[in-house]
Amino acid sequence: MSTRRLFAVALVVSLLVAGVASYYASSHPDGLEYVAEQTGFIDAAEDSATADSPLADYETSGVDDARISGGLAGVIGVVVMLVLSTGLFWVVRRRQPHDARAEHSQPEHSQPEHSQPEHVHQSEA
Amino acid sequence: MHVPDGFLDAPTSAATGAVAVAAVALSLRGARRELDDRTAPAAGLVATFVFAAQMINFPVGAGTSGHLMGGALAAVLVGPWTAVLCVSVVLVVQALLMADGGITALGTNITLIGIVTVAVGWTVFVALRRVLPRRLSMVAPAAAVGALISVPVAALVFTALFSVGGNVSVDLGAVLTAMLGWHTVIGIGEAVVTGLVVATVVATRPDLVHGARPLLFERELEVRTGAVR
Repeated sequence: MSTRRLFAVALVVSLLVAGVASYYASSHPDGLEYVAEQTGFIDAAEDSATADSPLADYETSGVDDARISGGLAGVIGVVVMLVLSTGLFWVVRRRQPHDARAEHSQPEHSQPEHSQPEHVHQSEA
Repeated sequence: MHVPDGFLDAPTSAATGAVAVAAVALSLRGARRELDDRTAPAAGLVATFVFAAQMINFPVGAGTSGHLMGGALAAVLVGPWTAVLCVSVVLVVQALLMADGGITALGTNITLIGIVTVAVGWTVFVALRRVLPRRLSMVAPAAAVGALISVPVAALVFTALFSVGGNVSVDLGAVLTAMLGWHTVIGIGEAVVTGLVVATVVATRPDLVHGARPLLFERELEVRTGAVR
């Protein structure tokens, strides 16, 4: 499977999980909430400062249909995650991991892609 | 196990906040070695998938539920430093956008879900990779065991934090027993999801799995030796 295809599959799966399957998730309290209820410290929980945000609790405010409200919040979340995390990792990544070693005598610091110098060559020839 | 605001007092939340900031700073340096043009988009997708998967609470009996934490999964797929960043981005987006997990508790949640599960999941995985037969088919089971153990350890660390800085004085023994018990069951779900996802990626593109790379390298070496003869 090509890298591009695998990435596309991963994105579609994430969108389906967040946008569709999430409707069928268990609505029971999670492990920590449940233990807090059982042992008596659940009342210490305070509302988050973002509790009134338009996507709070994975529900889109103003959308009544629970399936669409939750699905939309999930899809928006997936898109925000994709942009933020891919952007972060793209900035953090090391540049030219292989060329830097192979072409030790000719360091090309300013070239972001190794395909670029080839392009220049072709246009020159 | 997203901790809401109010469970832990201010000094404890400040301390976990400092731990989270330090770990993210270290991870930003460490992740540089794990990320290149090909793995950076893969890491973005892993973070996105963990966010989506965390929306799926699965029932674990008696009126409670759990969901994937994803620390062990991300560590095996994209490397431990990048994994800390993956889960941290998930937790920031959840806290700010979805009001899932508190704002003052963000450092606590990054510590528990971002740091502890990654550190435990990755350490167990690497230890198992060393003792198990050096085959690609061992990667997913080793990841699953790492995932299984990472969840109750995170529950243990929460209980320790609560014993130091809990805002309510309750029977800590009861909290410890209940947290460990339920999160061991949730850990089974974590192990199943982690094992299935890692097995799927290993079967399609093992070269994209960070934790499988030493095994791929060995396989290449064997082929070269044969070619020389």
